[in-house]
Amino acid sequence: MDLILVNLIDGLVTGLLLFMLSAGLTLIFSMMGVLNFAHASFYMLGAYFAYQISLALGFWLGLLIAPLIVGVIGAGVERYGLRRVHQYGHVPELIFTFGLALLIEELVQFIWGKNQMPYNVPDVLNFTAFSISGNSIPAFKVFMIFVSVGIFLGLLFVLTKTRVGMIIQAALSYPRTVEALGHNVPLIFMGVFGVGTALAGVAGVIAGPVLGTFPGMAFVLGSIVFVTIVIGGLGSLWGALVASLLIGWITTFAKSYNIEMEGILNAIGIATPENLSDNPLRDFWALTSPQIADILPYILMVLILIFRPQGLFGKRES
Amino acid sequence: MIDPVTDVKGARPDEQITTNPADASQRMRMQTPMIAVAPWVIAILVLLFLPLVFTNNSALTIMNQMSITIIFALAYNMLLGQAGMLSFGHAVYAGVGGFACMHIMNMTDFFASIPLVILPIFGGLFGMGLAMIVGSFSTRSAGTVFAMISLGVGELIAASSVIIVAFFGGEEGVSGDRTYAQPFFGVEFLQQIEVYYLTAAWVIVSALLMFLWSRTPVGRMANAVRDNPERAEFLGYSSRWVRFYSFVASGFFAGIAGGLFAINYEILTEENLNTTSSGVILLVTFLGGVGFFFGPIIGAVVFTLVQTVLSLQTELWAFYAGSLFLATVMFFPGGLAGLLMMHVPVFKLGKAGHLVMPYIKTLIPAAIGVLGLAALVEMTFHYRHAATGDNEMTVFWTTFDSHTLLPWLIAGAITIIGLGIARATAPDLKEAWNEANTAGGGA
Repeated sequence: MDLILVNLIDGLVTGLLLFMLSAGLTLIFSMMGVLNFAHASFYMLGAYFAYQISLALGFWLGLLIAPLIVGVIGAGVERYGLRRVHQYGHVPELIFTFGLALLIEELVQFIWGKNQMPYNVPDVLNFTAFSISGNSIPAFKVFMIFVSVGIFLGLLFVLTKTRVGMIIQAALSYPRTVEALGHNVPLIFMGVFGVGTALAGVAGVIAGPVLGTFPGMAFVLGSIVFVTIVIGGLGSLWGALVASLLIGWITTFAKSYNIEMEGILNAIGIATPENLSDNPLRDFWALTSPQIADILPYILMVLILIFRPQGLFGKRES
Repeated sequence: MIDPVTDVKGARPDEQITTNPADASQRMRMQTPMIAVAPWVIAILVLLFLPLVFTNNSALTIMNQMSITIIFALAYNMLLGQAGMLSFGHAVYAGVGGFACMHIMNMTDFFASIPLVILPIFGGLFGMGLAMIVGSFSTRSAGTVFAMISLGVGELIAASSVIIVAFFGGEEGVSGDRTYAQPFFGVEFLQQIEVYYLTAAWVIVSALLMFLWSRTPVGRMANAVRDNPERAEFLGYSSRWVRFYSFVASGFFAGIAGGLFAINYEILTEENLNTTSSGVILLVTFLGGVGFFFGPIIGAVVFTLVQTVLSLQTELWAFYAGSLFLATVMFFPGGLAGLLMMHVPVFKLGKAGHLVMPYIKTLIPAAIGVLGLAALVEMTFHYRHAATGDNEMTVFWTTFDSHTLLPWLIAGAITIIGLGIARATAPDLKEAWNEANTAGGGA
């Protein structure tokens, strides 16, 4: 029971972190109709900028400034890169963001090198918040939960309750009409792209000390973020939330409970074959859940795409 | 004798559109067998005589690598260029084909009974088999859904390569020995040159088959489905099946590329399957140009050269390749092939000569400016990452101290002046370009 609680908290942290990335990505998708492959790269940039700033000004100013810089860079990418490629169609746009992701990774390696950066949890938060039967929960994880929930509520409030949010929502669905009403739709798109990438930057700032700040961090999380929004339904904010939490919990639980394929197969009445070591399916029989934890999201996504291509909460089929 | 009045659409003889074989520009349009066959003959001759020019083993390795990339990129373009399907996990089909070939190599009795030459066919069949399984559900729609399924399946198989050790060999991969095959007319493929000719033969055969495929009705329908699936459906074609056929055929040729990889390197690892390899082939294909059949060939040649030659010179080659790729997507979505084909109308109008001077005036300063920029990049890299005390560096055959001001000033000045001249002369080039593309006038 206690272990379940610990895993629930761990999964929640992972899920909310994923959500901070997927929220921006899904907003950008509703806007442009294209998945931004470089989204996780902005997350990485956030972590690296925050590290560099924290050396000079400390963690808290890093948390404040790094996402702003990332957002400005993101807006610049939309204004000078994507808007230009947009005229060629969707596939070149997708390829552009793919190339951008590669280039940002190379750029990060160019500036900071290939090693992990010593970007650590600030001393203020470096203590145990509470412990559940011997499993300590660090304060930084609690902090991460609060930041992500705060951002989610803020985003929800801005999008649904303010005038700016109304215009954004309208511009996502009927850009031409909104333009005819006198709003600057390209500027709105640029703003949404900037805010989306800034959110990814925030995620990078608070994930960097925990998950490590290294050039491969975008790659590790990048494809999982797509998986998340595809499962949740492209363009759906709630779908992104549900899918993020789902993936967070599935992977956490799969890693902490050692469920063996042999046990499952025996339980449903298939006997273990004799001389297992010579059997061509021996690797299949020896599968354990921690082994496949990282590929479970992909299996889930392929299944979702086959049986419900619009995703859990999606309305449209692209 | 044709009735002069009721000939084609009832037009009078003097109004009929005819081709005049004496005019070079009209002769091109006639598609004589000579012109259709010529590129293939030239390609065969080039492949035959290349080893006589580049004799050392490392050059042969580069050419083999190039040939494999050519087949893989052409197979990839069957999807991306011809059927409009963007795949982020195509390395999987080449990889699985390659792994299957490695296993066949290790089945001593069976392998000793077949000549090595036909081994890639098995790779192709395995790639095709996997493509049939995956394609049965992934080709339902093109666009984002297809791209995402391809990514998911790619990640799945790449990840399972570490888990399913029996087939993928875990982290050390699977290795074998190609020389155990039945000798092919006495050739045992012990030497690199023999492998080169085997690979070259396969390049010609596969490229020819893929070209012919693009000219079959199903190849043509793939184009139609790419451009407008709804319209293709109204014509009575199932766009899903057309996509499926393209996907399966592409999987087959990717598997052949994988089989050739197995023959060349005699080892396959997880690296042949992962997303990075899939990304590289996308990069290669797009760089070459997806709009033309020969685009991926150019892309494969250029990329392999950049990869092998540039990576010997600088650690930053991936950075340059990435920049080149991004510039291609932003400014020349047609790729290198598109850039070349842009000049065909100019040549047909006989005005190519008008472009020579403006090109020299703009492109040479631009190239110098870009080289200056590259020098700045290298110097920055050296300044940040070289071991302390190691201040000497060599860029463009010049050795200097990267911690003094002078080299930075020189490189900066070269960059600014080069790019500045290019920028100043660009309007002239544009004008000349427009002039050269306009028919008539003072030619």
